[in-house]
Amino acid sequence: MIKGTKDGLTLHLDDSCSFLELLNELDTKLSANYRFQENDPLIAVKVHTGNRYLSENQKEKIKEVIRQKKKLVVDEIHSNVVTKEEASQWIAENQIATVAKMVRSGQVLEVPGDLLLIGDVNPGGTVIAGGNIFVMGVLKGIAHAGTGGNEESIIAASVMKPAQLRICGIVNRAPDGYAEEGHQMECAYIDENRQVVVDKLQVLKKHRPILNRLEGGL
Amino acid sequence: MGEAIVITSGKGGVGKTTTSANLGTSLALLGKKVCLVDTDIGLRNLDVVMGLENRIIYDLVDVVEGRCKIHQALVKDKRFDGLLYLLPAAQTSDKSAVNPEQMKSLVEELKQDYDYIIIDCPAGIEQGYKNAVAGANKAIVVTTPETSAVRDADRIIGLLEKEENIEPPMLVINRIRNHMLKNGEMLDIDEITAHLSIDLIGIVADDDQVIKASNQGEPIALDPNNRASIAYRNIARRILGESIPLQPLEDEPKGFVAKIKALFGAR
Ligand SMILES: Nc1ncnc2c1ncn2[C@@H]1O[C@H](COP(=O)(O)OP(=O)(O)OP(=O)(O)O)[C@@H](O)[C@H]1O
Ligand SMILES: [Mg+2]
Repeated sequence: MIKGTKDGLTLHLDDSCSFLELLNELDTKLSANYRFQENDPLIAVKVHTGNRYLSENQKEKIKEVIRQKKKLVVDEIHSNVVTKEEASQWIAENQIATVAKMVRSGQVLEVPGDLLLIGDVNPGGTVIAGGNIFVMGVLKGIAHAGTGGNEESIIAASVMKPAQLRICGIVNRAPDGYAEEGHQMECAYIDENRQVVVDKLQVLKKHRPILNRLEGGL
Repeated sequence: MGEAIVITSGKGGVGKTTTSANLGTSLALLGKKVCLVDTDIGLRNLDVVMGLENRIIYDLVDVVEGRCKIHQALVKDKRFDGLLYLLPAAQTSDKSAVNPEQMKSLVEELKQDYDYIIIDCPAGIEQGYKNAVAGANKAIVVTTPETSAVRDADRIIGLLEKEENIEPPMLVINRIRNHMLKNGEMLDIDEITAHLSIDLIGIVADDDQVIKASNQGEPIALDPNNRASIAYRNIARRILGESIPLQPLEDEPKGFVAKIKALFGAR
């Protein structure tokens, strides 16, 4: 089934036939329906595969068939199904990993989602998280949040004495002497100037309302 | 079955060998059968500090390579009536002459005959360290009140915590200087223990007598009145399970006799 929308073309692919049949049918349908002129603009195609799971290889084959029809480019391939592996990856990325230990000099603790560390990060130690980092303890080492690319990620600590803070690719340069003092209950986030700034924990509810997962509120 | 305690630090020169010698001496004084093992191959010291250098015939590498039996290489310390022995390190080889499996079986064998095996570890985290920890089931980390020593202790503790056969390491803070503590010129004990967050088992003062005693091959723990000696003896008693409160500064003895003596102006 082929649908035209204002953003381009959406192909809904049959999910009960064999993959080979699918490729053949796709090829005939596209050839029958579209006769392009040399100076027609490019058309973006979204592909919906329904309840069919496609391997990377198969996705490539579909793209190839579509690409052969000049003027068509595949924008995205969407499926209702994912593999168990992908699903567990998603869960991991959306989970808070709770770890009770000291992260010592030379050690690196890395989690795919958020990190709740109960313990200190000592100088020379590193914590890395795909999402947010919460340290119930003294953060004296390096913390790198948002490696998954989410610039909304934050780093919070009971005591901030960091050697370095990094969110996504942005590194914080604390003012001289900042880390020596040790500041209680602070957090770091990327502000509107795309700088990593450190402030009191209280500012989070203003800058990162997304952290509130309590439905309905208090 | 005896216990094998590795004495380690990461950073060099903080007092591993001094601690090994004095802890071994103190345990022997308390009636335990002790074997000191020097794993600092190529840079052996423990024999000198114990005053046993001249009596070495075979060494650890000779044992491992099968040139002699363990008992032939062990040097008996005559001061302790068969309670203290030393297995010296080789001076002519290097750390790669021994591997962790060999150390493990060697320590296992010693455990049959001794109550405590005290393993003096070389500085660093490479081969020598790996050999030293291989047979141990307990660990003591020695540090001094300096940032760099504490940093290295932290690194070593991280590595020790990964060793399945070793209990959580214990901490000795060595070379504390009272006047610097009082002036706040030195990392204080609370700061160090909070940073490393492992159990503190001893605090040893910086004392010139320690150096003098080591040079004479008479470990300071043999002197009943020295403050560093008392600190080492207390560490030994804590290892035996006695609960002795940790005084921040384990100063001169303040027992009844000492007070009487002080009254009469004598030491
Ligand atoms: N409590 C103390 N007071 C005074 N001097 C000390 C004390 N402890 C150790 N020393 C001295 O510090 C020096 C280094 O000590 P030691 O050899 O025990 O360190 P180490 O950690 O074994 O060194 P290495 O890493 O080279 O093996 C020696 O001269 C020793 O006498
Ligand atoms: Mg030494």
